[in-house]
Amino acid sequence: MDKMPKWADVVLIPLISLILAALLSALVILGIGEDPIAAVKLMVSGALGSTYGWGYTLYYATNFLFTGLAVSVAFHARLFNIGGEGQAMLGGLGVALVCLYIPWPHWSLALIFASLGAALFGAAWAAIPAYLQAKRGSHIVITTIMFNFIAAAVLNYVLVNLLRPVGSMDPATARFPEAVHLPSLHELLAPLGIAFSKSAPANVSFVLAIVACFAVWLLIWRTKLGYEIRAYGNSEPGALYAGISPVKITMIAMLISGGLAGMMATNNVMGEAERLVLNSTEGAGFIGIAVALMGRSHPFGVFLAAILFGFLYQGGAELALWTSIPRELIVVIQALVILFTGALDNMVRVPLEKAFLALRREKA
Amino acid sequence: MTAPAIELKGISKAFGPVQANKDISIRVSPGTIHGIIGENGAGKSTLMSILYGFYKADKGEIWIHGKRTEIPDSQAAIAAGIGMVFQHFKLVENFTVLENIILGAEDGGLLKPSLSKARKTLQELAREYELNVDPDARIDEIGVGMQQRVEILKALYRQADILILDEPTGVLTPSEADQLFRILDRLRAEGKTIILITHKLREIMEYTDTVSVMRRGQMTATVKTAETNPEHLAELMVGRKVLLRVDKVPAAPGKPILEIENLNVVDEAGVARVKNLNLTVRAGEIVGIAGVAGNGQSELLEVLGGMREGQGTIRLNGNPLPLSGKGSDARARRASHVAHVPEDRQREGLIMDFHAWENVAFGYHHASEYQSGLLMNNAALRADTEAKMEKFDVRPPDPWLAAKNFSGGNQQKIVVAREIERNPDLLLIGQPTRGVDIGAIEFIHKQIVELRDQGKAVLLVSVELEEILSLSDRVAVMFDGMIMGERPADQTDEKELGLLMAGVAGEAA
Repeated sequence: MDKMPKWADVVLIPLISLILAALLSALVILGIGEDPIAAVKLMVSGALGSTYGWGYTLYYATNFLFTGLAVSVAFHARLFNIGGEGQAMLGGLGVALVCLYIPWPHWSLALIFASLGAALFGAAWAAIPAYLQAKRGSHIVITTIMFNFIAAAVLNYVLVNLLRPVGSMDPATARFPEAVHLPSLHELLAPLGIAFSKSAPANVSFVLAIVACFAVWLLIWRTKLGYEIRAYGNSEPGALYAGISPVKITMIAMLISGGLAGMMATNNVMGEAERLVLNSTEGAGFIGIAVALMGRSHPFGVFLAAILFGFLYQGGAELALWTSIPRELIVVIQALVILFTGALDNMVRVPLEKAFLALRREKA
Repeated sequence: MTAPAIELKGISKAFGPVQANKDISIRVSPGTIHGIIGENGAGKSTLMSILYGFYKADKGEIWIHGKRTEIPDSQAAIAAGIGMVFQHFKLVENFTVLENIILGAEDGGLLKPSLSKARKTLQELAREYELNVDPDARIDEIGVGMQQRVEILKALYRQADILILDEPTGVLTPSEADQLFRILDRLRAEGKTIILITHKLREIMEYTDTVSVMRRGQMTATVKTAETNPEHLAELMVGRKVLLRVDKVPAAPGKPILEIENLNVVDEAGVARVKNLNLTVRAGEIVGIAGVAGNGQSELLEVLGGMREGQGTIRLNGNPLPLSGKGSDARARRASHVAHVPEDRQREGLIMDFHAWENVAFGYHHASEYQSGLLMNNAALRADTEAKMEKFDVRPPDPWLAAKNFSGGNQQKIVVAREIERNPDLLLIGQPTRGVDIGAIEFIHKQIVELRDQGKAVLLVSVELEEILSLSDRVAVMFDGMIMGERPADQTDEKELGLLMAGVAGEAA
């Protein structure tokens, strides 16, 4: 028998982990002499209290959705893709090239091809570690981490030496033409009579991220390829037995993963900055790991976790802005959430499983 | 009357909702061999783990030589004079025999005094029990039978006078097993008490003084071995009458289905596993490959099943099958109507976390009836699973249950149903009844014979000689990657096969 009901695994454990992380964070805030209740109020009102706050929360969530999905897909094949950061950076390059060098008549067409470009560049960046893993057995965790550094260096070189407009001192590309400007939620919701903040960066790529969620769900649970990915992830000897090629699945899962990570650039590069700058990913690739862990690699779980982390990002920024709680403490709070939901999973899981077993025995 | 060497009173142990042991009482007289027999999951191992201090009983008492004893850990068990020989040996491969024996029983910080003390003790033990081993040989250089002796010596060195052996003959050739039982006889004569856990009725009947039968966590009977018979014990184990013999008519072999010529397999470490092997399996016959585990049978099955590359020629219905590169994988094999029930169903044959219905497609997930457009037709798959579960009497018949939640026998029924229902020309089947309860063994054997009777070819690999002899029409014995000889199953016996399994070549077959 399963040790506990599914709802406990999917809902209860993350919830308890979150509460634990929140309590510990409250203690830390108390420790530096601030009021944790006031801090929570400020975070909630800052991140969810206005359409401006929501606009930022959803903007961050969009980034985390793409990188969280990326980690999830690889994870179903039991591949730990730590390289979302680098793949998203390269995705930015793909978006920039598509937007800068092709004259687009309309943003929708530009978005489709920019997504493709982003996915292509992200996938290409994931392809090398994938190949090394599949053919040479080089551990994907090590290689993807190293590829993050290489990506940063490559981007630095490209921006400084190749794409920087003549005369500019800034290591960034030129602004993308007006035609590829993606509609923000303000512009999208205005025809529906909903007044959404004008200055918030959330844009149409949030919709794209939701579509990606659904597509990943279909892929993993409804297609032959998803079946093979999950089978390989569960048992490599089993995959061999069933005629599933480990090399093929490793490559495909990582290409999809890298592609999804790359697509994040439609949000931060195309939707927000509208040009490619250095370090445009701001660590979203790493947050994706926490999001995937917390969401149990299920697209719906990833969706909820991404919103949560979006809230933490935006709420944290508000805290830093309005209180004397230092910026570093926000990072501590985010780290605590990652620690409890990701790394300390068993701390909550094991006692909970025991409790459910005891409960069942009493009933029996 | 002397106090029993071991007396258990009312031992109970539950794991969550599962009652592994329920109110078990047992008395074992000193200087006897006591057998404990039962199906997988009957609670034998749990009971012995309690005795050896791995688990703590929820209720009950342990008395050793008339004294109530608490055994909270294995240290306490050793102190109480209990020694355990596990099914999977716990030896350090690159240590010598002597080093393994003192491991964990060293006295003082320096090794040298312990080693020389152990050497002396070992010589005495060897004299006393005729347990000869070379103390300076490395474990990875000696055979399995010898390694088992080292395990026994380890226990004796720690002054055990109660020895528990868990399925000790699983990895031995028949002659090695005979030697083991001679040693056990000798130990019994010297006054040691031995508990023998096994599922082999023959060993119980031949070597034990008394036998306890376990079923579903309970001790159903304890009888004097001389006063019982195998049929009765089997009935006690299963709870109903079972057929111990496989019921089948003589085979009518037809044209060759599988022809293997000069097959060679080299494993990842560069070791030759199969050497110049030749074998033919005809339509309507079951060919059994006998042999001690690790003599190349697994690799042979894997090459035939497309899980491993090899060199040589394999023909199926006269058409050559690729042995490496394109078209040599398991998917291609299935396309050429080769079905494969793998040796290890939990690692290979099933995805343990998948639902039963997902496992029914495993390996056949490309089949057209499971597709609907770009997606998989999960509804069709579930309907198919329900049909197969009913036909093969899988319990519980719930397609949504994960594979890991079925018992060993029912897991195997799912695999066998999946492979046989594809109506293959050739069925490869490895260890069909390993970890499977007697009731399911009967059923699975019947399915295999039925497939044969439909004129299909079956290649069976099993380390259970009894199974090979009763199921096969022809037996080939593998030793060190080669076929030592082939015999019609009704013209050979365990003794002859045992010699072949040990590498003693018989007359050319």
